[in-house]
Amino acid sequence: MRGLSLLLFITVAGEATTDLFVTVASLPPELEVSAAPAGTSPVTARHIPGPGEYGHPGIALARSEEEPAVPSTEDGESSHPHGGGGGGYEIVQWEWSYVKTPYIIASWLLVASVAKILFHCSQRFTTAVPESCMLILLGLVLGAVVLIASKKQTYQLDPGLFFLFLLPTIVGDAGYFMPARLFFDNLGAILMYAVVGTLWNAFCTGFCLYGVKMAGGIDEKVNAGLMDFLLFGALISAVDPVAVIAVFEEVHVNETLFIIVFGESLLNDAVTVVLYKVYISFVEAGPGNVYTADYFKGIASFLIVSIGGTLVGLIFAVILAFVTRFTKTVRIIEPLFIFLLVYLAYLTAELFSLSAILSMTFCGIGCNKYVEANISQKSRTTVKYTMKTLASIAETIIFIFLGISAVDKSKWAWDTGLVVSTLIFILVFRAVGVAGQTWFLNWFRLVPLEKIDQVVMSYGGLRGAVAFALVVLLDKEHVKAKDYFVATTIVVVFFTVMFQGLTIKPLVKWLKVPRSTNRKPTINEEIHERAFDHILTAVEDIAGLNGYHHWRDKWEQFDKNYLSKLLLRKSVYHKSELWEAYQKINIRDAISVIDQGGNVLTSARLSLPSMASRTSFPEFTNVTNYLRENGSGVCLDLQVIDTVPGAKIEEELETHHVLAENLYKPRRQYQSHYSRHFMTVGEKERQDREVFQRNMHNRLESFKSTRYKRHKKDRSQKKHKGSDAKEQDTSDKPRRNVSWQDRDPVVVPMAPEEDIHDPSEPDKDEDVGITFVARKAPETPKERPKSVPAALDACQSPVAAPPSPTCGEKNLPWKYGMGSLPPCVSVEANKIIPIDLQQAWNQSISSLESLASPPEPQHPRVSALSRLGGPVRTSANGKSGGGVGAGSGSNIGSPSSGQFKFPTAKEEEEEGALSQQQQELQALMSSLTPPPATQSAGKRRNPCVYLRSLVTVPPSGGEPQSRRPTQL
Amino acid sequence: MGSTNSTLLKIPNVEVLMQETGFSPAHIIRLHDRFKALDKEGRGHLCPQDFGAIKELAMNPIGDRIIGAFFSPGKETVDFDTFVKILAHFRPVDKDRPKELNSPEPINSRSNKLRFAFQLYDQDKDGKISRDELLQVLRAMLGMQVTEEQLESVADRTIQEADLDRDDAISFEEFRKSLEKINIDNLMSIRFLR
Repeated sequence: MRGLSLLLFITVAGEATTDLFVTVASLPPELEVSAAPAGTSPVTARHIPGPGEYGHPGIALARSEEEPAVPSTEDGESSHPHGGGGGGYEIVQWEWSYVKTPYIIASWLLVASVAKILFHCSQRFTTAVPESCMLILLGLVLGAVVLIASKKQTYQLDPGLFFLFLLPTIVGDAGYFMPARLFFDNLGAILMYAVVGTLWNAFCTGFCLYGVKMAGGIDEKVNAGLMDFLLFGALISAVDPVAVIAVFEEVHVNETLFIIVFGESLLNDAVTVVLYKVYISFVEAGPGNVYTADYFKGIASFLIVSIGGTLVGLIFAVILAFVTRFTKTVRIIEPLFIFLLVYLAYLTAELFSLSAILSMTFCGIGCNKYVEANISQKSRTTVKYTMKTLASIAETIIFIFLGISAVDKSKWAWDTGLVVSTLIFILVFRAVGVAGQTWFLNWFRLVPLEKIDQVVMSYGGLRGAVAFALVVLLDKEHVKAKDYFVATTIVVVFFTVMFQGLTIKPLVKWLKVPRSTNRKPTINEEIHERAFDHILTAVEDIAGLNGYHHWRDKWEQFDKNYLSKLLLRKSVYHKSELWEAYQKINIRDAISVIDQGGNVLTSARLSLPSMASRTSFPEFTNVTNYLRENGSGVCLDLQVIDTVPGAKIEEELETHHVLAENLYKPRRQYQSHYSRHFMTVGEKERQDREVFQRNMHNRLESFKSTRYKRHKKDRSQKKHKGSDAKEQDTSDKPRRNVSWQDRDPVVVPMAPEEDIHDPSEPDKDEDVGITFVARKAPETPKERPKSVPAALDACQSPVAAPPSPTCGEKNLPWKYGMGSLPPCVSVEANKIIPIDLQQAWNQSISSLESLASPPEPQHPRVSALSRLGGPVRTSANGKSGGGVGAGSGSNIGSPSSGQFKFPTAKEEEEEGALSQQQQELQALMSSLTPPPATQSAGKRRNPCVYLRSLVTVPPSGGEPQSRRPTQL
Repeated sequence: MGSTNSTLLKIPNVEVLMQETGFSPAHIIRLHDRFKALDKEGRGHLCPQDFGAIKELAMNPIGDRIIGAFFSPGKETVDFDTFVKILAHFRPVDKDRPKELNSPEPINSRSNKLRFAFQLYDQDKDGKISRDELLQVLRAMLGMQVTEEQLESVADRTIQEADLDRDDAISFEEFRKSLEKINIDNLMSIRFLR
């Protein structure tokens, strides 16, 4: 908080500094969030296009009302203005005026962002208190600080800024990411509430306030007639999109409820704009000069404003979609097109004084489908995050400034009668209006809106910044009671956002309103829902009802036959939506798999459905990500250096501990990095163990079937990935390599052990291990085969210790027999291997290994051997992902090229795959003992020879290796 | 009301029908009109050709399956009773209607809606959606936009996802489970005009 106020002081001071000479400033001071500097005379203020841009000329800025005192001489900063007046050669002063505008904007953004961080420090707090409340409170505090600092309110929510910059960011985000289907499914209700409901609220509030005034409930000082009250009623009655988004986002009511309230808040803009303008003109013309024709003009104006706004939006949507058809070569500016055109839709509507919100919303809804299909995945992500960031920051600023604006003596003209009656009226009429309209709507709705829904809808009718900006825009010369209206609006906004915003969550909980689930549809649901749509359309046709489904189907036909053809790229047009959905699900699976367990391998076993995703390209990015996250391979590197020199058992133990810890880190880091929620360590560990147990269980139980199914899947996948297949063939090697690479690090700790068991191990081997410079291609082939069992052994060590107390840490885990083998493979190997893209193959191998459990005596030697390669590889690994990729690329070149002849030959005979698979499996099981044997023998052989033996001798073992890659 | 009653009287067993389907008299009359309109030759029953004459239905990718659902196996015709009963599957679930114990499950219950959808997939009526059956539906719905391989992978995945007993087919129970989270009442209902 201190920091914030400090920042504020600085900016305020800066304001004051510039006051002296900004009067003739060439900079457009209105751009900034802050109001015009205190020293600015009203003359400058009039120069400023400010709110006049919004089509309300002649409305003076509220903040210029108070004639400023001589700027801040009392403050500690008084020295600054002093210097400021000094002259041109004082660089600091000059620079300030130069950077002032962007500087202040940036500072405010910073304040807002830091505020967000602070609020989210305490999770329990943020779940109870909506962010918008906190932001307003912060704004109040900051406002007070500013007030104390500069003796007057310098900052306030400037309508021009609000309507031209802040609101569009929020509306743009809302429109673009509007769930179109849901929106149109409920369009009737939304329109009803937006138009009829807003009109009802506006008129009733206006008339009733006038009635109260007549009855003497409102003080005489409030100099307002019927028209003034109607005007006030119009601006105060509209539900505010900003507030609704801010509050409902945290409440998570079911989608239907949300879309109705949210849609209403967006679509009522047309009504608000028209009513506001009509009344303003009436007020300005004077009550006597309003003729009947003017009312009809008002209605016509409403039609033009709303339909025109929608049309402008749709036109821009078509333009935007069409433009993105041709951005293939300039992917980098795809997001820019979207922002520009959506924003232009807003500005154009504003230009013709149509409903800008409506325009932007429909532009977003209209273009979304086509644009999303046209632009690249990266652009999609960029658009999403940029929009969300902008909207979030705009929202933050709006609420902070609402708070700040409230602290302004000049604007407060309090009248209890007006405030209280306004509050009562808006609440009552909202509730009555909702109830009445819902009763009417339920005659036509398939799913009637329940009583509970109505309560939430009435209670969720939040007023917000739009109302405030509109009331600030009022011209005091015509609307005499403006100050009272401003104060009342502030109170209403604060009441709805803070009190209702705070209580709506408990209310929703108490009423047991069905909540929204954040669940994404499964492929089954996607398919069946589509089928349901077709069924319902058909049934409507058969029953002779031209109902909703009938028309939706008509629209879809039209869209498919004409619109999509025009607006979608050819390459995209031929893709089916369902197919897209399928791929999305696959990608999501892959991501969530990595997010949860941090390892693709495990869950590949756990959940078969995600298998198909293996091949999709986003996988790769995930894996890369994972690789980066798993950078703790670096630790392993360090371990190597530590352990190799000292070959004592104690050190082994220590290493083991260190290693165990270090090996666990990746996942832990990973989790905390990705999860938004804090998790206690205990939970994490429990989860780890659970994952491990499930993994093992599944592995053992579903081994055969899994393999078969996966295989089948892979096959089909591969087929349709025709073009990808080649690419994959070539990329096999690196991939496999990576896996090897990854296993090896685990091997490293083994080094000391081999010293004990196998002192005869040649020194030069050790040297290789220690120097670990050797990342050369020729060397690696030797190492790789050896590391197979070594990896196995090694896997055991880290795993056994941390999660399972059964494996005492007193003993080196790898000295255990085969009994402890499986666990090690499952957890550790998995953890490390995920980088491998052919998990399928790897799994089968590793599980086979675990099942067949190589003979004990081999261990030391094998590990000793591995040491040869281990350090080398770790070093490569330690160099981070890039290093791994590069090193591995060359590593396996020779063996894999030999192996990959198999798959190409086998591609044709996929039908027999099943039987072959099983053969392979059995062969593998039985022949898994041989490989280690050969290894022990081959250890002293020429590595190349040994390597070949590995490739050729157990052909059954080699086969799955070769098959997998191509099939994936 | 007189005309309503006279129309109703012409329909045999109208009371029972209304009881079973939950349609109001207005609904029944409306559907009866529609039935007569479809039944161009006035035979009192509908043939597949009559359905084929609905031209919107011809564009529906799974239209023929839905037509097929109207015809119980071995039968070539649909009378008004069956016609109404099948359409009754899509009546919205009425929540306020008192639930009588021992009363038979209404036609528009959730599981009946699901079963209707299920049998559209399960063309050989063996109680399971096999991979081939699923593929056929997918092919119909996705049209020519997708390659056969893509279709297969979608089908494979769909089955794997829903298939709990690993028999490479989706039984009704599995079908129901896979759609557990979906609000079938809303998705499989249309609003019949009053």
